[in-house]
Amino acid sequence: MKENGAQILIECLLKEGVDTVFGFPGGAVLPIYDALFDSPLRHILVRHEQGAVHMADGYARATGRPGVVIVTSGPGATNAVTGLATAYMDSIPMVVFTGQVPTELIGNDAFQEADIVGITRPCTKHNYLVKDKDDLQRIIKEAFYLATTGRPGPVLVDIPKDILTAPIEFKYPDGVEMPNYQPTYKGHPGQIRKAVDLILSSKRPVVYAGGGVILSNAADELKTLASRLGLPTTTTLMGLGGFPGTHPLFMGMLGMHGTYCANMAVTNTDCLIAVGARFDDRVTGKIDEFAPFARIVHIDIDPTSISKNVRVDVPIVGDVKNVLKDMLKLIHGSKAVTDFKKNLKEWQDQIKTWNDTHRLSYKQEQKGKIKPQYVIEKLYEATKGDAVITTEVGQNQMWAAQFFKYDKPRTFISSGGLGTMGFGFPAAIGAQLALPDKVVIGIAGDGSLQMNIQELATAVQYKLPLKIAILNNMVLGMVRQWQEFFYNKRYSHTCISVAPDFVKLAEAYGAVGFRARTVDEVETVIKEAMKVKDRPVLMDFKVDQFEDVYPMVPAGQPLSKMLLV
Amino acid sequence: MRHTISVLVSNEFGVLSRISGLFSGRGFNIESLSVAETLDPIVSRMTIVTRGDDKVIEQINKQLNKLINVIKVHDFTGEEHIERELALIKVTGTPESRAEILSIVDIFRAKVVDVSPRSYTIETTGDEEKIAAITELLRPFGIKEIVRTGKIAMARSLKQK
Ligand SMILES: Cc1ncc(C[n+]2csc(CCOP(=O)(O)OP(=O)(O)O)c2C)c(N)n1
Repeated sequence: MKENGAQILIECLLKEGVDTVFGFPGGAVLPIYDALFDSPLRHILVRHEQGAVHMADGYARATGRPGVVIVTSGPGATNAVTGLATAYMDSIPMVVFTGQVPTELIGNDAFQEADIVGITRPCTKHNYLVKDKDDLQRIIKEAFYLATTGRPGPVLVDIPKDILTAPIEFKYPDGVEMPNYQPTYKGHPGQIRKAVDLILSSKRPVVYAGGGVILSNAADELKTLASRLGLPTTTTLMGLGGFPGTHPLFMGMLGMHGTYCANMAVTNTDCLIAVGARFDDRVTGKIDEFAPFARIVHIDIDPTSISKNVRVDVPIVGDVKNVLKDMLKLIHGSKAVTDFKKNLKEWQDQIKTWNDTHRLSYKQEQKGKIKPQYVIEKLYEATKGDAVITTEVGQNQMWAAQFFKYDKPRTFISSGGLGTMGFGFPAAIGAQLALPDKVVIGIAGDGSLQMNIQELATAVQYKLPLKIAILNNMVLGMVRQWQEFFYNKRYSHTCISVAPDFVKLAEAYGAVGFRARTVDEVETVIKEAMKVKDRPVLMDFKVDQFEDVYPMVPAGQPLSKMLLV
Repeated sequence: MRHTISVLVSNEFGVLSRISGLFSGRGFNIESLSVAETLDPIVSRMTIVTRGDDKVIEQINKQLNKLINVIKVHDFTGEEHIERELALIKVTGTPESRAEILSIVDIFRAKVVDVSPRSYTIETTGDEEKIAAITELLRPFGIKEIVRTGKIAMARSLKQK
């Protein structure tokens, strides 16, 4: 029996094991929406296409499964671009289907036509325009395969309307034939041996772990390796949760707002073990002075990440999980390990000293203004750390990274590479839909939240019990901080005190709103918010406007040149 | 340093723009680029001349390999290979300069492919030096226009001793 292209698409999604799609209808995708009408596939109706892509992204980050999006042609597709770029920068598996004008109209400046394949070429792992109905199923198969294998990433499939209505026989391919696309999963044994030898001959080793650890589900292997060898470990923003935040070997995050301890350790290490990380400028500071004494081992599945920014002594291309497993085999029962560990004492003492001299800190006066860090700590206490946290971008993001401890992978969800304001709230919706029984908290800035606030309607429509915690400083805090430090306190266009009453706004959408103005109210508000189970809760914490994020490495400076509290 | 890189790609629409987008998006430069189908009609070959230090060239190689439509990347630098380019050069020709122009054409084994009362169009193929040399010699007569194909390259076959 033949079905139309739209029905075929739904069949293919079900075959792929997709349980949820995020989308918004329009002319070019009407056939898909008609097919969805009586399909078992759960469709989440968003209020803006950017929201849909961030939700799919949050869903993917929380589960490891690809997020799926359906949007219409033209403006629907262009609204999805920021979401694609966000997912691309953080290597998140996702497949986005865009409707396109009928094949014979392509190139005619037809109504709601946009060259979305052209527009998204640099911000997708790959993209397709389906030109022949007989290619549809192969392309869908390839799209999911590309999105989820190798270094994951978003893939876009643009489907003209005539293909959505064309009669097609359902015959979903079992596999793909892509001889030119062969990611390297196994690390080279010789290189792995070299890496182990280098590590075991070092005196001041440091593990620097990134988002790749989470993407490759390698947190257990990383923990085992670090514990067996006693390796002090730091992670990037993207790596948070890839190593337990409460582990005695954990030094906190490194980089621009990293801990004193992590940044000093990286600056003084003689052997840096980079695991699924890409030496981003926010991590390295001034690149020529990054880890100046270190021999570097770099494990990454993407060969283009290796030796892109820094010279690497032992490059290993492969899946982080596999490579770490192979390393564990090599050190198992090795005599060298015992000697190595004996010699580490001095380095571990040094690290402890750094850790004790400048801990992350802030001062909360009981009668003073609420400190944003205090709110984060109270959220940590209230949940005992058992929550999925998403963040917006700016100070709220950094405090969420610094003051909440992430013991498990996929519990910290944040736009690292692109730094997209407006990401965190829809990402929280995606995460909550994926994990209905989890406590999901979107930590927000008042600026960022307003970039996708319309999704409150989505969260209410699907009765999601997620929590939003606004660290409401009435400014674009992180930009204000830069103006304070580097632009003579000329606060140009960073005051956003003209804003809605967020409590009333929540109520207007049918959600619950609470406000805390005093330190005493913080815990009460959190407690009340945790009780709400049938709809979203927004907590508006009126926090100190002039609080800054410390430590801070000014852009272009080496990591050791931190501004401290 | 200058590198001549040959890239085999699947012959699909949009592939050229993926490659050129990669170069422009990452700030790599393209000195010349030529594309045509290979013996296998589903495969095209691009020959790209680019410039960069070792680190940049390494990135170019890796990034090209990462594109889904790229089948094979080969850098000819440091190995025996033949490079050729074709140029069409239109020079001002007067009855007085005629003999001299024709003798230059002869020396370079080039060809006159179009003549008008006031100009000659000359076709020449060769490596970079040859094209530079003939251009220099023709310059005094007045070059009206020059069109070049960009380089193509092929590895030399191994010679038996
Ligand atoms: C879409 C987008 N526009 C602009 C920026 C630049 N930017 C980075 S942080 C920031 C301020 C964020 O303010 P807010 O959400 O209130 O968070 P806060 O820093 O106060 O916690 C801005 C404007 C950005 N990251 N994303």
